[in-house]
Amino acid sequence: MSFYPISDEYSKLPLLEKFESVTEADVHRAISATTASPEDFLAMLSPAAIPFLEEMAQKASQLTLQNFGKTIQLFTPLYLSNYCTNRCIYCGFNTTNDIPRTQLEPSQLEEEAQAIASTGLKHLLILTGDARKKASPQYLESCMEVLSKYFPSVSIEIYAMDENEYASLVKSGVDGMTMFQETYNEELYPTLHPAGPKKDFRYRLDAPERSCKAGMRVVNIGALLGLDNWRKDALLTGIHASYLQKKYPDVDVAVSLPRMRSHAGTFKPASIVSDQDMVQNMLALRIYLPRVGITVSTRESPDFRENILPLGVTKMSAGVSTEVGGHSQKGEKVGQFDISDERSVEEMRAALIKHGYQPVFKDWEPIGNNEVNK
Amino acid sequence: MSEDIFEIGGLKFSSRLLTGTGKYSDDSVIPAVCESSGSQIITVALRRVDLESKTGNVMDFIPKHMQLLPNTSGARTADEAVRIARLARAMGCGDWIKIEVISDSKYLLPDGYETAKATEILAKEGFVVLPYVNADLYIARSLVDAGAAAVMPLGSPIGTNRGLKTREMLRILIEEISLPIIVDAGIGRPSEACEAMEMGADACLVNTAIATACDPIMMAKAFGRAVKAGREAYLSGPGAKHRNAIASSPLTGFLSEG
Repeated sequence: MSFYPISDEYSKLPLLEKFESVTEADVHRAISATTASPEDFLAMLSPAAIPFLEEMAQKASQLTLQNFGKTIQLFTPLYLSNYCTNRCIYCGFNTTNDIPRTQLEPSQLEEEAQAIASTGLKHLLILTGDARKKASPQYLESCMEVLSKYFPSVSIEIYAMDENEYASLVKSGVDGMTMFQETYNEELYPTLHPAGPKKDFRYRLDAPERSCKAGMRVVNIGALLGLDNWRKDALLTGIHASYLQKKYPDVDVAVSLPRMRSHAGTFKPASIVSDQDMVQNMLALRIYLPRVGITVSTRESPDFRENILPLGVTKMSAGVSTEVGGHSQKGEKVGQFDISDERSVEEMRAALIKHGYQPVFKDWEPIGNNEVNK
Repeated sequence: MSEDIFEIGGLKFSSRLLTGTGKYSDDSVIPAVCESSGSQIITVALRRVDLESKTGNVMDFIPKHMQLLPNTSGARTADEAVRIARLARAMGCGDWIKIEVISDSKYLLPDGYETAKATEILAKEGFVVLPYVNADLYIARSLVDAGAAAVMPLGSPIGTNRGLKTREMLRILIEEISLPIIVDAGIGRPSEACEAMEMGADACLVNTAIATACDPIMMAKAFGRAVKAGREAYLSGPGAKHRNAIASSPLTGFLSEG
C-alpha cells in the first residue's frame, strides 16, 4: 500500500464540481468539527468558505498557538549544485536553460557553511538539481561531513531516491527531507516534466514515504500552487500529509505552501494563486491537521509573511539565496527562482520579535554519534 | 500547621508548581514567570539548548536558583531518550531528567513501555528520573520498580489545555503509588491545577497554559496560588461531598436508641 491508490481514487472524482457544490452549512460544520474529516477539509478549501475566512482564521490561530506557541523556526536553503537533467518547464534549473552550471567543492562548501553559521542559523536545507551522476549520494554524504560540524539539523531537497539511499543519508546525519510533488494531477504532470528522471510521477509520489521508512525525522511535502487548479492540489497535499501522519506517527510531517514565481524561462502558470487563496489554503490545512508543520518561503513578500504569522505558519526561511555559492560569493548568478523577501537573518529575527514571535534558531540536538553515546 | 515540604530526588522544595520553557513568544519573560509563580523546578528541552548560540540561548533566561529539569523531547525510543539524557548531563545540565518518549507526532501521547525501559537504565546511571506517562496503574508500578523519582501522569494530551480528563485514573495513581505524583500536561486553567492538588497530587507541571496566555506573568502567579490553595485544601481534609442533604441516620439510628 502506498499513497498512489488514494491519489488515484481522488483523481477520478469530479473535484471541481465537488468544490462548487459545497454549501454554507457544510463549511459551518467543518469549522466547528472537533476533528476535521477529509470532507471538512474539502469544504474549507471550497469557494463557499470564502465568506468565513475570518472565522477559520480565529480557529486556525488558536490551534497554532496551542500546538506551537508564538514561535517560528528559522532555516535557510543552501544550493549545492544546479546541474540538472530534467526539463521541468517552470524551473530555472531546466537542463535546456542556458545558465552557468556549477557544484560546490568541499572547500567551497566549508566557506558557505561558515557564512550561514555566522548568522546564527542552526537548521539548514541543502538542495541540488536532479543529476545523480554529478550530485551523487556519495557527494551528499561527503558534504554532510562538513555540514554536521556547523548545523545540528540538515534537511535535503534533492531528487527522489531509493529507501536505502535515504537510509544512508540519515546515517550521515541528514534528519529531514523535503519533496514537492509539484502537482498531484497525473495527467498534467508529464506535460510539465517532459524529460528526465523526474518524469516518473509515481516514483516521486512515493519518495516521502520511502524517506519515512528510512528513518527521516521530518518529512516536508508540498505542491507548487498554480501549476494546476490550486484547490485540487491543496486538497491532495493535505490528504497526502494526513496519510503520512497516520502511517508514520513517529515522523514530523510538514507541508510547504509554495506558489509559482517568475524564473529563467517563459512558463506562465495555469492559475494565479492570490493572497486570499494562500490564506484560505493555510487556514484549512491548520484546522484539518492541527499538528502539521507549515513552511512558508521567501517566495512570499515581507508584508505577506508578517501578516500570516498568526494563521498557521511554523517555519520560515531567512537570509535566502537560491544560487549555488550565493551565501559566500557575491556576483551575478542565476537562481532557481526569484525571491521576494530578501531580508537577512538578523532583519527577519527583528521582524519576528517586533510581532511578538520568538525566532527559534535551534530545535534539534543530534543524538546519533556523539562522544557521550559511543 | 508545620511547613509543607515537597521532597523529590533528595531535595526539598516549598513550591509544588513545576514550569516549562516552551512556546513563549519571548524567552526573556521566563525569569518573571519563575518569580511570580514561585516555581522552583523548570523543565527545558535539550533539543533547544544551544550553549554556543549567537542569537540567545534559553538557558540564559533560567534563574540560577531554579532546579533544572532537562527533558528528552524528540526521543522516539528508550534508546534515544537515554542518549539525550546522557548528552544533557555532559552539557552540564545536571542529573535530573524528565523522560518524554513520544512516537506519535499527532497526539503526542507518551510510550509507556519505552519510557519504563529508559527509566530503568538512567536510574541505574544515577539520574533523578521523572518519567512522563499516561495515567496507567501498571505503567506507574513498573516505573516504581525501575527506580523513578516520581511519576508524571498526563491530565489530558500535552498542549491541549483540556484539563483533567484522566481524573479517575489519577485518583487511583495517587492512592496506589508511593512515589510523588506530578500531574503533567493538559492542565489549562488554574482551577484544574487546584483540583489535581485537592485530589492529593503532589505537584503539577504547567507550561502551555502559562506560556500562551496573553499575560504569562499574571497567569503564572494565578497557577502558583491555585496549586497552593489546592494543596492546603487537601491537607486540611475537606468534608465529604453528598448528593442529598443528610440530617440524621435513618438506617442505623436505632443503634443509639435506648
